[in-house]
Amino acid sequence: MKYLKLKATTFLIAASLASPLAAQEAGGRLDIVVQPEPPGLMLGLIQNGPTQLVAGDIYESLLRYDSDLNPMPSLAKSWDISEDGLTYTFQLTEGVKWHDGEPFTADDVVFSADVFLRETHARLRASLAYVESITAPDPMTVVFKLKEPFGPFINAFENGTMPIVPKHIYEGTDFANNPANATPIGTGPFKFDEWVKGSHIHLVKNEDYYVDGLPYLDEVFYRVIPDAAARAVAFETGEVDVLPGGSVENWDIPRLAEMDGVCVTEKGWEFLAPLSWMWLNNREGPTANEKFRQAVMYAMDREFMKDVVWNGYGKVATGPIASSTNFYSDDVTIYDHNPDKAKELLAEMGYDGEPVSILPLPYGETWQRWAEAVRQNLSEVGINVEIDSADVAGWNEKTSQWDYDMAFTYLYQYGDPALGVSRNYTADRIKKGSPWNNVEGYENPSLDEKWAAAATMVTPEEREAAYLEIQKEIVDDVPVAWMQELTFPTIYRCNVNDLVTTAIGINDGPRNAWIEK
Amino acid sequence: MWKRFRSNMGAMIGVVMLVAVIVIALIAPLLFPDGPWQMVQRPFLAPFAVDGLPLGTDTLGRNVAAQLAYGAQVSLLVGLVSTLVALLIGVPLGALAGFYGGYADEGAMRFTEFFQTIPNFALAIVLVAIFEPTLFSITLAIAIVSWPPVARLVRAEVMSVRAREFVDAARLAGLSKPRILIQQVLPNTVSPIIVMASLMVATAILLESSLSFLGLGDPNAMSWGYMIGAARTVIRTSWWLSFFPGIAIVITVLALNLIGEGLNDAFNPHLSRKGKA
Repeated sequence: MKYLKLKATTFLIAASLASPLAAQEAGGRLDIVVQPEPPGLMLGLIQNGPTQLVAGDIYESLLRYDSDLNPMPSLAKSWDISEDGLTYTFQLTEGVKWHDGEPFTADDVVFSADVFLRETHARLRASLAYVESITAPDPMTVVFKLKEPFGPFINAFENGTMPIVPKHIYEGTDFANNPANATPIGTGPFKFDEWVKGSHIHLVKNEDYYVDGLPYLDEVFYRVIPDAAARAVAFETGEVDVLPGGSVENWDIPRLAEMDGVCVTEKGWEFLAPLSWMWLNNREGPTANEKFRQAVMYAMDREFMKDVVWNGYGKVATGPIASSTNFYSDDVTIYDHNPDKAKELLAEMGYDGEPVSILPLPYGETWQRWAEAVRQNLSEVGINVEIDSADVAGWNEKTSQWDYDMAFTYLYQYGDPALGVSRNYTADRIKKGSPWNNVEGYENPSLDEKWAAAATMVTPEEREAAYLEIQKEIVDDVPVAWMQELTFPTIYRCNVNDLVTTAIGINDGPRNAWIEK
Repeated sequence: MWKRFRSNMGAMIGVVMLVAVIVIALIAPLLFPDGPWQMVQRPFLAPFAVDGLPLGTDTLGRNVAAQLAYGAQVSLLVGLVSTLVALLIGVPLGALAGFYGGYADEGAMRFTEFFQTIPNFALAIVLVAIFEPTLFSITLAIAIVSWPPVARLVRAEVMSVRAREFVDAARLAGLSKPRILIQQVLPNTVSPIIVMASLMVATAILLESSLSFLGLGDPNAMSWGYMIGAARTVIRTSWWLSFFPGIAIVITVLALNLIGEGLNDAFNPHLSRKGKA
């Protein structure tokens, strides 16, 4: 009996290992919506969403990341971080060729990171400030030497952050105006074929791709359809197979998801991890009082808002760090819906009914409804709330000039608190004129030191402990009202397999995707 | 005159409908003490799906019936106040232009034309966008775009009345010009102004609804246009969210038009009889 059981288990393991391999079928084409049409496909120059979506198949970086943000091999087959956290050594994958047939070497990596991207990529430049030198001791090895330890550096080798560009095409040219930008050459699983402006971008399989058998698809079409309703219809009629996050309105998602053979996934946003919150003006008005800010957190039924305003997509935030970002912890004060507690806090602070305004993000109906739900919740505990209104320019103006009481926003986290979280809470980021820094005006010198120390600690364990301490403390202060982790679900036909397997979702999805016939 | 009005079927139906709308607007706080923004039930409930929610719920689970009732307040308020303000601008300006003539007339009319050359709705959008949408700015914007026709009408009426014999008599009696204008001329232009005003209220309600529909409404005031604008995106799945406020607008505007017609017929029996013949 025991023997039989063992045999059965072995068989099951063997079957589960074998079946996905055996089932993968090569061939076919994938039609993906791209919205809006990208301004260009040269990923080293442009890193907005649509460009990353399309060019993520053409260009590659040294690493890829799974949905827990663990690095995986890509152009680098292995990597090593020295004990002191100062030296990052990458062994490159053999047999990689650029789409024009030239061999890919360590020189391309050095040129991309040290020359090209240093000039063109602002976000990477901030991380490269920690880098002392980038060298290629041999054609298959690249070494990054840092001035001081910088934990998040291992997250900098993502495709949208450090795309590797061909040295033999760009060296010594005017990067932005190089005619080759129109026909991008990368190392990725798909080659650029043609771009019919206003209609589609056509990519074809890279027959020489260095991973055997990949990609499975013969071709990928990125379709430009300017109207949201038309995009939904195109999916319904089968004209397109994939609707990337944000390409249809929220309330259309349940309808499309109910169709036969349609799958929806919220995965693929782990790296960007968009977290939404309301800026609470820490400088003046009732929101300057910590008790008031805590009352706001208790007054809101954020679970309800997630279910109703966002159709259940997303996750209620527990603090400044999104759950998919490294060093997240939920071991903090949890603000559940507790109107009585909110009323208590308001009574303690002696709230006199001074009206506060809410400025919704002018990104459409969903955000407007969200502000209305918040106003209703707050007025139920006796807070006098008015909704302010502004267009995108007005919203930028009001938040960056600190002319608000509460204002909705959301920002990306890029995998690490030092890259995308601390910027909103440290005093050195209080600067009028930008809506992306410490807009709320939160000042906590002891926490500032902890944020700075945590960024340059050597081991992940040390950083973990430091960020736990930070999260515990900041969540009690409520510098901003954390709302929820946003997810923008990807809608696709279920016969498209392995489309979203990494932390950047379909940006590098077609590499592994295959269509079941 | 009242008798003539009363015998007009259409006008009486209009009055009944308008009174109904006014009553609903007035008793809204009694019917729905929690206000129009209260989230009472699951979102997207169809009419009559749940007891006590005869018109269903909206995208956030708010009571559509409550929204309609409070929307009536906003629509009527904006309609009446903006018309009143438009009259306050248009009547004096038209009267002065028509009565004094000459440079006063030239100046006032060029000023009026300046406003008339810009499409009403476009100007209203620009004004609201500049002032930031509040009930006050919306009412003001609607008043600003709707006074020019009043000025022109009053001017024309005053000019025709001014040439009558009783005005000459008043002048011979030694009355001052302002006194003649206010005591003798203006009272004789009231009937067309009343007719026009009733139609202007209807137009103002439509304008307010259109502004709210475009997202330029006061975000703190529930209005019919806002309801339709918010429901526009879910019209395929939840028809009732745009249907009921639409009906409310139709009823109110129709009622005001019927009343306006009735008043017109009552004030100008000759015209009306000709019309019927």
